[in-house]
Amino acid sequence: MMNQLTRIVIVGNGMVGHYFMQELVKRHPDLHAARLQVTVLGEEPRPAYDRVHLSSFFSGSTAEDLSLVEPGFYDRPGLELRLNARVSQIDRHQHTVTLTDNTVLPYDKLVLATGSFPFVPSVAGRDRENCFVYRTIEDLEAMTAAGKTAKSGVVVGGGLLGLECAKALKDMGLDTHVVEFAPRLMAVQVDEAGGKVLRSKIEELGVHVHTSRNTTAIVDGATARHRMVFFDDTWLETDMIVFSAGIRPRDELARESGLAIGARGGIAIDVFSRSSDHDIYAIGECASWHDEMYGLVAPGYDMARTACAHLSGETTATFQGADMSTKLKLMGVDVASVGDAHGKTHGCRSYQYTDEVRNIYKKIVVSEDGKKLLGAVLIGNADEYGTLQQMTVNAMALPENPEFLILPASDGKEKPGLGVDALPDAAVLCSCNNVSKGAIGEAVAAGNCSIGAIKSCTKAGTACGGCVPLVTQVMKAEMVKLGMTVNNHLCEHFPYSRQELYHLVRVEQIRTFDELLEKHGKGLGCDICKPTAASILASVWNDFILKKDLASLQDSNDYFLGNIQKDGSYSVVPRMPGGEVTPDGLIAIGQIAKKYNLYTKVTGGARVDMFGARVEQLPNIWEELIAAGFESGHAYGKSLRTVKSCVGSTWCRYGVDDSVGLAVQLENRYKGLRAPHKIKFGVSGCTRECAEAQGKDVGLIATENGWNLYVCGNGGMKPRHAELIASDLTKEEAIRMIDRFLMFYIRTADRLQRTSTWRDNMEGGLDYLRDVVIHDSLGLGAELEAQMQHVVDHYQDEWKTAVNDPEVRKRFRSFVNSKAEDSNIVFVNEREQIRPATVEEKKQAKVIPILATTE
Amino acid sequence: MSQVQQAVALDAAMNQSASQFGVWHTVCALEDIWPNMGVCALVEGRQIAIFRLQDNQLYALDNYDPHSDANVLSRGIVGDLGGERVVASPIYKHHYQLRTGICVEDASISLKTYPVELRDDTVWVQV
Ligand SMILES: Cc1cc2nc3c(=O)[nH]c(=O)nc-3n(C[C@H](O)[C@H](O)[C@H](O)COP(=O)(O)OP(=O)(O)OC[C@H]3O[C@@H](n4cnc5c(N)ncnc54)[C@H](O)[C@@H]3O)c2cc1C
Ligand code: HEM
Ligand code: SF4
Ligand code: SF4
Ligand code: FES
Repeated sequence: MMNQLTRIVIVGNGMVGHYFMQELVKRHPDLHAARLQVTVLGEEPRPAYDRVHLSSFFSGSTAEDLSLVEPGFYDRPGLELRLNARVSQIDRHQHTVTLTDNTVLPYDKLVLATGSFPFVPSVAGRDRENCFVYRTIEDLEAMTAAGKTAKSGVVVGGGLLGLECAKALKDMGLDTHVVEFAPRLMAVQVDEAGGKVLRSKIEELGVHVHTSRNTTAIVDGATARHRMVFFDDTWLETDMIVFSAGIRPRDELARESGLAIGARGGIAIDVFSRSSDHDIYAIGECASWHDEMYGLVAPGYDMARTACAHLSGETTATFQGADMSTKLKLMGVDVASVGDAHGKTHGCRSYQYTDEVRNIYKKIVVSEDGKKLLGAVLIGNADEYGTLQQMTVNAMALPENPEFLILPASDGKEKPGLGVDALPDAAVLCSCNNVSKGAIGEAVAAGNCSIGAIKSCTKAGTACGGCVPLVTQVMKAEMVKLGMTVNNHLCEHFPYSRQELYHLVRVEQIRTFDELLEKHGKGLGCDICKPTAASILASVWNDFILKKDLASLQDSNDYFLGNIQKDGSYSVVPRMPGGEVTPDGLIAIGQIAKKYNLYTKVTGGARVDMFGARVEQLPNIWEELIAAGFESGHAYGKSLRTVKSCVGSTWCRYGVDDSVGLAVQLENRYKGLRAPHKIKFGVSGCTRECAEAQGKDVGLIATENGWNLYVCGNGGMKPRHAELIASDLTKEEAIRMIDRFLMFYIRTADRLQRTSTWRDNMEGGLDYLRDVVIHDSLGLGAELEAQMQHVVDHYQDEWKTAVNDPEVRKRFRSFVNSKAEDSNIVFVNEREQIRPATVEEKKQAKVIPILATTE
Repeated sequence: MSQVQQAVALDAAMNQSASQFGVWHTVCALEDIWPNMGVCALVEGRQIAIFRLQDNQLYALDNYDPHSDANVLSRGIVGDLGGERVVASPIYKHHYQLRTGICVEDASISLKTYPVELRDDTVWVQV
């Protein structure tokens, strides 16, 4: 038996089908050696992608970003993936499947992972143009195309998916309505009181909600493409309609071949995820366990693991149903439900807390004896989700007054949280990827001490992300247990993070490093805390950085207002806002470079860099640049670098707005701004995106309706696409939002954290950032803008101040006691310009230093 | 001992100490070095980084950073690590102890240090 080839055919290459393959390869890295021959048949045109994050397609994620398949995964021997391959029939007697193109494939074991399809209620006119469902990338592509011309949109169905879809329509700038058949939103997860709170939260965001509405027909509209007519003859007009009225299992192959079907549909499975034919497994949304189907990915993964174990001859792993607890952010509103949210258990009791001012609703359901937590509903704020979910699934003992679990903490009383130490090692913290507390402990013991390291080694937190706060808590607790110190202290001199220091500087109005050190630090400081303090002081007070008490804090680049190069010479990069430069400006730069014999290169930031200047030459070079109308370019330092722009509507035949004009304005506004790390901008005049604004910390793209603002992109070592945070802004709105965004970043980021890593580490992610920056959820907006205005108003041309101050100017010399030059800076020629000599070249005495006299 | 003998002996002693310990040179005024910063002096063809700390304590060591092959240490940030005063090279951020010249990251590398003194607001270094 062992030596005989086993042919496995998997139907469906969705999330669960692909997960099954990953599990199989984990068990049998060499499929050939294990005598397995696997064929995966997927009906969609692309391999498995992350359906859970499908909506991020609207905020700029591409099909590649969403892909779940590592490059080369399906290229291994013994494995074949066929796309656009739909199975039309199973012949259980012959052990074959037939594809729509009539190919016939034999199998020994068959795995059905066919998922579900969106249910579209039978309404006359439902197949009209611009009526959509929400399930595949193709669906979203079609919606995007239609959204470009539509003004309004309706989502039919006010469940989880429907609300997510409504958010997408809202983000497309449509006047958005949700039409729900039931009397409340999210009827499955949420009780009546919770539904009310959810509704007002969502209406606050400008989405119209219509409950208890049964659509009877869709006909031509008078003011829009469609008119939806309801059972009571009221109607609503709209340009596009998305049906999101629930899902149905794709069990048609199973039905036709006579497999047992669950009471409400779905392929009936046993504890090994087998169908009634033991050579056929069913996993994921197409499967029905005890007449229950799960529209979530975690139970599907669990079935996949079980089926894979069983197929490999193990019978210990079984599928025992799934915890349906969920936590989501729907349109920026936290919604969570745990266990028996509706209180259906006999004799159970519940506690509720409602805050109608802030629209928060919380409910817990406890057992008859009051000892165990059975379920919970949280709307508006789901901070307690992790605690409540773990208490429920691990049947942990409830504290004496369980109501305090959901009441806001008052009078400084500590909330009865969940001591993570109380959790058993077997507790599953990440249900998406089945990672237990024990596994996190092992990962920490093996030296993974950051959430990033834990994620890549255990996969915890990499799917829905809901478990990240709890996983972080457990990681820290485990580190403490192992005697590791958990700190984000800046360095040995300050027991604070950068964010905390920033705060201290502001609140206590600290203006010098010495004062900061005296009050909150120890020792003399070092090359880590000094520049950090300099950056904080600059972004709060924006004094001249070469003032006597600030000068010694600066990195050499900030101190000499230029970029130090490998041989100790400097480069000078005159600022060219937006990359715009006059012919006279170019000529002046050319003349200066020639005079001082500098190497010149056009940089990636659209300006001219001049290399090979000696310290003592710098003030003279600047003087000449200032005379030619240039000012300091911060090609160095942790500050705004450049605002890259395309030529825009002024010249470009596609341009819809003046990208150069905006770029110049932005660069002039934010120049000199000191930050935790460097900041780059990009501005494109239309969606062709020639300025690559989506690879920048701040990107703006012109559309017919205004500017779209993207944030937290990055090129560099770890490229990251920027994310759309707001659309259709006027220039003035865009600038206000950028003010807030940058100041919030400066206030809260760690040292040397680019906006991209800052965003990746932000709890609550883009939604949270959008809340703070766009919706001003912390009420900080005006303050952040005012602070930026202070910095802008106090901008000074650092070069000019430097060359005009004799005390400062004196510092720019190689030697304090001689006018000689550093003889170790030696250049040779290459491609008609200078370059630093190599060590060997310097050794050969023949090389004659190229000197430019300075006096 | 005659005056001449005394002078000759003194001269010999001076010469000996000069060959052994070097000759003292004036470099600059104290105010030419801002507190917590360094300057570079060119003395007998050698580049010497001289640092002035907050307490007016002076330190002198080679300006040459062997890790980057560049004369840059006088432009580094000073501070302390584990209680020992150091300067950080601006190129690759190696730290050198101001007192001993030893590289914190690579103890096999040690820079030459020089006696340095403040006399009547003037900085002297012995090379
Ligand atoms: C917008 C959206 C948001 C969601 N958000 C969440 C969430 O936050 N949390 C969560 O847990 N879940 C969420 N879900 C649900 C989650 O995506 C599904 O539970 C999961 O994708 C199910 O995986 P599956 O493999 O069973 O089905 P699918 O991913 O649908 O894969 C089935 C595949 O099989 C193919 N197929 C079907 N029949 C055949 C055939 N006859 N021949 C060949 N191929 C066939 C289909 O084309 C499809 O590619 C969301 C779903 C959507 C649409
Ligand atoms: C480590 C603990 C703390 C954190 C993380 C924290 C965080 C914050 C944040 C994020 C803000 C708003 C943004 C800002 O102004 O920077 C803020 C404001 C403020 N905090 Fe704190 N804080 C902490 C401790 C304290 C303490 C101990 C005090 C007082 C003794 C305090 C007093 C203030 C004041 C007065 C403001 C308003 C500052 C202003 O006018 O800008 N904070 N805090
Ligand atoms: S982004 Fe648009 S406006 Fe700008 S250069 Fe490209 S095509 Fe022209
Ligand atoms: S990519 Fe590397 S070599 Fe090129 S400029 Fe950046 S740091 Fe220097
Ligand atoms: S629970 Fe979804 S990623 Fe961990």
